[in-house]
Amino acid sequence: MANASVVNRRDFLKTGAAGGVALVIGFHLSPSAFADQAQEQERKTPNPFDAWVRVTPDNNVTLILGKSEMGQGIMTALPMILAEELCLDWKRVKIEQAPTNPKIYDHGTGGSGSVSGSWLPMRRAGAAAREMFVSAAAARWNVNRDTCKAQDGGILHGARKNFLAYGELVSDAAKLPVPDFNTVPLKNPNDFTIIGHDTRRFEGRDKATGGAIFGLDSRVPGMLFAVIARCPVFGGKVKSFDATKTKAVSGVRDVFAIDPVGQGAFTAGGVAVLADNSWAAIQGRKALQITWDEGPAASQSSGSLRQQFLDNAAKPGKVVRNDGDAGASLAEATKKIEAIYEFPFAAHATMEPMNCTVHIQPDGAEAWVPTQAPQWAQQIIAQTAKLPPEKVIVHTTLMGGGFGRRYQADFVMEAAQVAKVSGKPVMVFWTREDDMQHGFYRPASYHHFSGALDAKGNLAAWKHFQTSTSIEAMWNPKGEENPEKSEFATAAFIPYQTPNYRVEYTLAKSSVPRAWWRSVEHSTSGFVVESFVDELAAAAGADPLEFRLRLIGEDRKIPDFTNPKENKPLDTARLKGVLRIAAENAGWGKPLPKGISRGIAGYYSFESYTAAVVEVGVKDGAVKVHRIVYAVDCGRPINPEGVRAQVESAAIYGLSAALHDAITISGGRVEQSNFHNYQMPRIGETPKTEVHVVMSQEEPTGIGEPGLPVVAPAMCNAIFAATGKRIRRLPIRAEDLA
Amino acid sequence: MATSFTLNGKAQSVDVSPDMPLLWVLRDTLNMTGTKFGCGMALCGACTVHINGEATRSCITPVSSVAGKKITTIEGLSADGSHPVQLAWMEEDVPQCGYCQSGQIMSAVALLSKKPNPTDTDIDDAMSGNICRCGTYQRIRKAIHRAASMQAGKAKSAA
Repeated sequence: MANASVVNRRDFLKTGAAGGVALVIGFHLSPSAFADQAQEQERKTPNPFDAWVRVTPDNNVTLILGKSEMGQGIMTALPMILAEELCLDWKRVKIEQAPTNPKIYDHGTGGSGSVSGSWLPMRRAGAAAREMFVSAAAARWNVNRDTCKAQDGGILHGARKNFLAYGELVSDAAKLPVPDFNTVPLKNPNDFTIIGHDTRRFEGRDKATGGAIFGLDSRVPGMLFAVIARCPVFGGKVKSFDATKTKAVSGVRDVFAIDPVGQGAFTAGGVAVLADNSWAAIQGRKALQITWDEGPAASQSSGSLRQQFLDNAAKPGKVVRNDGDAGASLAEATKKIEAIYEFPFAAHATMEPMNCTVHIQPDGAEAWVPTQAPQWAQQIIAQTAKLPPEKVIVHTTLMGGGFGRRYQADFVMEAAQVAKVSGKPVMVFWTREDDMQHGFYRPASYHHFSGALDAKGNLAAWKHFQTSTSIEAMWNPKGEENPEKSEFATAAFIPYQTPNYRVEYTLAKSSVPRAWWRSVEHSTSGFVVESFVDELAAAAGADPLEFRLRLIGEDRKIPDFTNPKENKPLDTARLKGVLRIAAENAGWGKPLPKGISRGIAGYYSFESYTAAVVEVGVKDGAVKVHRIVYAVDCGRPINPEGVRAQVESAAIYGLSAALHDAITISGGRVEQSNFHNYQMPRIGETPKTEVHVVMSQEEPTGIGEPGLPVVAPAMCNAIFAATGKRIRRLPIRAEDLA
Repeated sequence: MATSFTLNGKAQSVDVSPDMPLLWVLRDTLNMTGTKFGCGMALCGACTVHINGEATRSCITPVSSVAGKKITTIEGLSADGSHPVQLAWMEEDVPQCGYCQSGQIMSAVALLSKKPNPTDTDIDDAMSGNICRCGTYQRIRKAIHRAASMQAGKAKSAA
């Protein structure tokens, strides 16, 4: 597909691809598919096309994936949608990663938005191709097209003997006019044989045999392996360096400095060591003698950031939302609750460290990139190489985890810089220490809650003050006018009814880079909202589930306060639905074995509804999670097994935030370096996790992230049920359990 | 200086620095990329291979120390992905990103060679050195039990 040229919207393209005539369909994808994240970058690529199908005369059907696979199962889910409308035999389908071409594909993969954004366009594309095959077959047989139907990768008329496989029809079909995508008939969901059926991951076999090729596995003849020595202090620079000892290390080929690149790429710069193999590069870097100009951030620490939080919290913040008069209601309340919640920075810690392989030559460049944003990688390499983007071939590889980290382009920029100087194909790879200490972290934040209950136990007032380092402020350096935009999510439109609702925000300054970490602001918003409502329930003497259901109240749709234009309201019926399903399957209200307690949380994120009941035991200053019962409503599940897998995964990622994740800063640098001091959950910490998927007929919505926000609050609410102690800072510390 | 060992049943000789970890010899010298780099400190298990049948972290194993030994990597478990542990991994749909799974599978194979019918506790103990950031641990447990039954079935039918 590398030679495919730009496809106009709703046009077919006939290319002379290997194997004969190919039928290629391109179509437009909603620009809001990946709305909030990386707006800057999305604006630069305003021509979003997505998804193709290729049929060759020898009857091979290849579905093209325009999104990046990082473990979330998109390589299975999106082709399932196309295959459904095309009436293909799933077992015979081949799947190929799309070449990077933002004029055709909307590559950006994040925000749990790939399925929701591609659902209708994919169906329409598949249906259009199917209808063209029907027309081609009807013409071949000279019969009415209404008597023909698509089945098992071909068209059937009457008895089985009148069957033409797509491969036999493709040359005719490709010449036909394209049906209008807005009116092309879509399959009746009752007839779905692929969508809604448990399907194993397409590339699962490769991942069980060592055959799957990740970015770090890219091998190009003549390539060098490079690591970069970066200033340990954020924002610091190289003052001088001596590479004499490095050059004496066997296998080291080149050593040179690269500049930091600011806004957008956010790279640290440093000294690159290029070698014949990874080990020599690492050894060579150890031998470097560098004098750093550490810069102004060297005085920053987690302690100084906390002091900033406290100072900010002592003053009113910018009013983000103000319904009624929360201040007056709190002042006169008979029952008033206050709580302060705190979160540190957290690292993504993808298992595959960052890496990028680039070869820049005078007339073109080629790159192998494990990225959530191939279109951006292409742009950066093109700019660095001073080449037009179409001269830069970017191969999107499998990713050993993404979680938002790989939507950044810092690792691409560095590789482009190094490759530009070197002229050879170079892989710039990060060690675990690089990854831990030069990442982009989940923002640290501090939340002060005040709530009031009236005599009937209703929510009289809800006030949420938040101060945090902000993601938005990274991308919006001149303004910083609206950092709160990226910081609240559902916390600014809680489903719990109250006449007096106030949200305030103050930006905290930090040199520590921040980014989208799995579930982004929901990871903290979910915790504070679902912890505080639980505190209110306890103050009201109410059952936590009943209290939530009562405060949510009647069925209604609550507009997204942070993004009302998108018209994606929170449907309270669906939220109550998942709370009830999780509670019922967990046996909410029924007795538990001695030493085990339950907690619950329910939350709306990425247009999906999630609830979890968590069972914990607390013993000797340690918490053990025994069981998590989830209910999720992500609209129509494309691959229910894939949905369950994503929620099981988010459970462990959320557990990680609850139990371990803390990046701390001292002297302007990260104190953690590897998995001994930045712990990950291990198999022994894994609870039994059940996921109940609502077989909804609503439009499909996100599932890569929504499982996460409910884990930690449900867990800490269970700890409260067990011990009477409220956990108000993560990760959980032994002294907070005692 | 050349170091010789048996790799996936075949004689192999490499001329590299003797302190170079086996991981990089496999990946960069021999281009066998199934074995993964995760931490470089034997903390995550992504680089797990078998040395004389023992699950070993290749990222801290100098190549000089494997001279004359038998090394098995993920590529050597089976020619066609038909090892019971690999089949069980596919059937339970264990992998997500998949990056850690070579190491997980190598640890699981080593466990089953010692304990053909492990309990959950045996599994948790043997697999505690392998990190999966996607959190596929529940399925790893299931897949190991499934592989154990498959191997038991095979042994039975062979008997």
